[in-house]
Parts: sequence; structure tokens; C-alpha cells
Amino acid sequence: MKKNISIYFTILIIMFNFSCGQEPNDKNEIIVTDELNYEMELVFENDGIIWGLEFLNDNSILATLKSGSIIHFKEGVKKELKGVPEIYLRGQGGLLDIAIHPNFEKNKFIYLSYASEDIEGKGGNTTISRAILNGDTLEELEVLYKGTPDSRKGQHFGGRMEFDNENYLFFSIGDRGNRNVNPQDITIDGGKIYRIKDDGTIPKDNPFYNDGNAKKAIYSYGHRNPQGMFKHPVSGKIWTNEHGPRGGDEINIIEKGKNYGWPKITYGINYSGTTITKNKSLPNMEQPLYYWIPSIAPSSFEYISSEIYPNWKGSLLAGALVFKYIERIVLEDDIVVSRSKIAENLGRPRDIKQGPDGYIYVSIENKGVYKIMPNK
Amino acid sequence: MRFITLTILLLATTISAQDETLSNSIERGKLLYEDFCVRCHMPDGKGQKGIIPPIAKSDFLFKHMEESIKALKFGGIDGEIIVNGVKYNSRMEKMGLYDDEIADIMNYTLNSWGNKYDKIIKEDYVKSLKK
Repeated sequence: MKKNISIYFTILIIMFNFSCGQEPNDKNEIIVTDELNYEMELVFENDGIIWGLEFLNDNSILATLKSGSIIHFKEGVKKELKGVPEIYLRGQGGLLDIAIHPNFEKNKFIYLSYASEDIEGKGGNTTISRAILNGDTLEELEVLYKGTPDSRKGQHFGGRMEFDNENYLFFSIGDRGNRNVNPQDITIDGGKIYRIKDDGTIPKDNPFYNDGNAKKAIYSYGHRNPQGMFKHPVSGKIWTNEHGPRGGDEINIIEKGKNYGWPKITYGINYSGTTITKNKSLPNMEQPLYYWIPSIAPSSFEYISSEIYPNWKGSLLAGALVFKYIERIVLEDDIVVSRSKIAENLGRPRDIKQGPDGYIYVSIENKGVYKIMPNK
Repeated sequence: MRFITLTILLLATTISAQDETLSNSIERGKLLYEDFCVRCHMPDGKGQKGIIPPIAKSDFLFKHMEESIKALKFGGIDGEIIVNGVKYNSRMEKMGLYDDEIADIMNYTLNSWGNKYDKIIKEDYVKSLKK
């Protein structure tokens, strides 16, 4: 009997090693420590997924719900915006991000990203629209970009948006669950970062503007599903994080016309444990600034420029959907040197934004919006 | 005798037609599962303990099948549930699936990872379920 038990354990250990062996090796691992000296303060409660957060100059909050509505939270009161476009709710798709124009005070322009369906039953794709906010109503809604073709796949809509210093709008569309076709083909949408002007026209100096059949709005390609994006306050560059498969979530600095490699190169593997590619690098494909193994599932990315939090200035925040915490990432010369956890077990953090008041706001799924308060 | 043979033949055809319908549905359900469900419920249907409930050998699924189908159709279950003795309280979002797709996903999950169910879930039944 004793012998049997020891054999049993040996088999167990072998099995355990085997299953670990299936995880991507080559870990880019930094021990994640616990962050101290802060508290999470509830700003308002809300059910569902608040996918995007934006602030008006009066520090009131605009919050998009994935299910298709927008909340305006001002002085303790929640109102629902009118004039929100019809969305295609399917898998990871729905109403996604919201952004205000850098000159919002003058032009009142609001930008929305969402999945829309052109023909009922034929599926949808990521759409970028602009509207004018008049009181609590969106008016003169205009579609600026629509990814094609529509697809009934439920995956990888991307959908984050960010303005750069020249008022160009950057946004992402994920590979729409068609990785073998979309990300490496610049004549098709999906698996790309795009750059358009604030009125939807395409800048003539976009990298593929003069490339015959290319989608001219493409700025970079070879992405899987970028859902975190910020403008670096010093360099003015657009930084993204993207969901990898199993392992291989990435941080990238977006450079014009570059290929970020998906699915030709990746640090991840299939969910089932099988290999996607043996290649982690290839010529003419960008290496990520950092990759996560295991995946944290980041759907938000923010740069802390605020002075409110002692020692946090200059570090990055990424929400880990799968581990239910917010990760603070410290860089030195664009190399990740430390990672720490904030708000562990509060819930799934969907979006993170620094408000005009300098505080960091976070939307937690099925909980609401929180503010990170430094301890005195 | 002839009558019996005919009956047997008829019965056999019915059974095999039903088998085929079920296996086709399971096949479609597998692809849908890989698109809409796998990321949280995992390839082995075991979920993530304490965060995402298991579907594989889930007592809840078989005890509360109608509620489980409604969760797929209308988006999650409110409040806490206990699955195989473990508490779960993270509501699933509405996936925007069509009724026939929900039937396929149910047929796949009810017959995978050691689960076994002898009836077919049909589109009409999913359609008939009200919030």
C-alpha cells in the first residue's frame, strides 16, 4: 500500500511537472509586491461593466456601460446621456470607450468606440463615432471609422482611444478572433492601431497612406487585442498594453508603420496549451517593452503624472482583470523594474484614469467607480 | 414479424437522426464555447476556483438547468451561488448569443468533461424561456 501511494505521488508529481511544462517558459517575471498607504474610496456604485471613464473640466465623470448606456455623474447625481447610438452587444463587444476632444471646452466633441452591426444577424465590428455633447444629450452623431468586415465572432474588438499632442485620435481594433488573417494584412481591419484626424479624415503622413489597397488609417499592425492606451506626457508617444493568448500580454510603444508581430511572434501559447508559434522574435517585428507571463488580462493603462501620491509619479497602472488587482509598474529607462498590487480582490478593474483633480479613478466591474486615496 | 422489423427500423432511424442532431449541435457548441466562454470557464470547463464557477461536473448546472440557460440568455445570475460547495459571486455579462447558439453551447457543455445528459436542448425551448 505504501509503495502504491508513493507511486501515486510520483505520477502526480510527473503530471504536475508536465502541466507546468506546458506553460510558456522564459518568464519575464518580477515578483509582484503589495502596495501600501492608500485607500479605495467609492465614488458611485454601479452594476455591470463600466468600460470607459472620462472627465469633464468640472471633474464630473462620464462612464460608458458595455451594455450600451452612458452615465454622467455630477455632484453626487447620476444621469443617463440621451442620443447614445445603437450598439452590437456580442461577446466582448458592446459600448466601449469614451474620450473628449482636447478642445472640448470650445467644441463639445465626444468620441465613442463601440461594436456596431450593419446588417442584422451578420455580426459587427468596432466603430468610432463623434458627437456633440449638449447638456446631457449627444447630438449630430457621426461615424468616423468602421472596421470591416462585420463578424459574428465575439472576440477582440480592441476599442481604446487616446488623443496625441497634435489632436490626432489613436484607437485600437483587435484581431476579431481571426488571427491568421487580420493582424498581418494591412488591407484588412483588425489587429491594428489606427490614427485619424479629429474629424475622421486620414492624415496624409499615415504610414500606409500611399499604399494601394491598404487601410489608410492604420498606424501600426500585428496586434492581438490592445485595450489599454495612454499618451506619455514627456515623449507624447502612444503607449498600449494588449491581451496576449495564454501568457504574452504586452506593453508596446506605438511607432509609425511598425509590425508588432502577432501571431508570427508571441510569448504566449493557446488557451488549450498548444503552441501558436515557436518564434518569439523575427526580423522587422517589434519586441514588446514588457510581456506578462502569466497573463494578467490588462484592459486599461494609465500614466501617473499626479503629485498626489508619494513616490508614484512616473509609474504606470494596468488593471489585471484575471487577478482582480491594479498593477503599478515602475520603469527605469523604459525597462520594467518593479510591479506592485493595488486594490486586490475588490473586483475586475476595467478602466483606470487620472482625473483633472490629480486623483486616480478606477471602474470595477459590478461595483462602480472608485478613487485611490493616499494615506496621510 | 414484418411489422416488428419495420418498427425497429423506424426506431433505429429516429434514434440515429437524434444522435446526429445532438452530435452536430455539440460540434457547433464547441466552437462557440471556444469563442465566448473559454476565457473565463477555461478549456477544461473547471472555471477558476472562487472566481468563475466550473461547468465540468457542476452540481449547480444539473440542479438548476433552467436558471443556467437563462443566465446565458439574459446575462448572469444575481447574487451568490454555490457550486460544488464553493461560493461564487461574479455575475456573467450578457454575451448576445442567439437562441440556437445557446442550445448548442448547452449541448456541448452538458456532454463534455465527464458531464452527461440524455436529452437535447433545443432552440425552441431556449426561445420559450422568459426573464
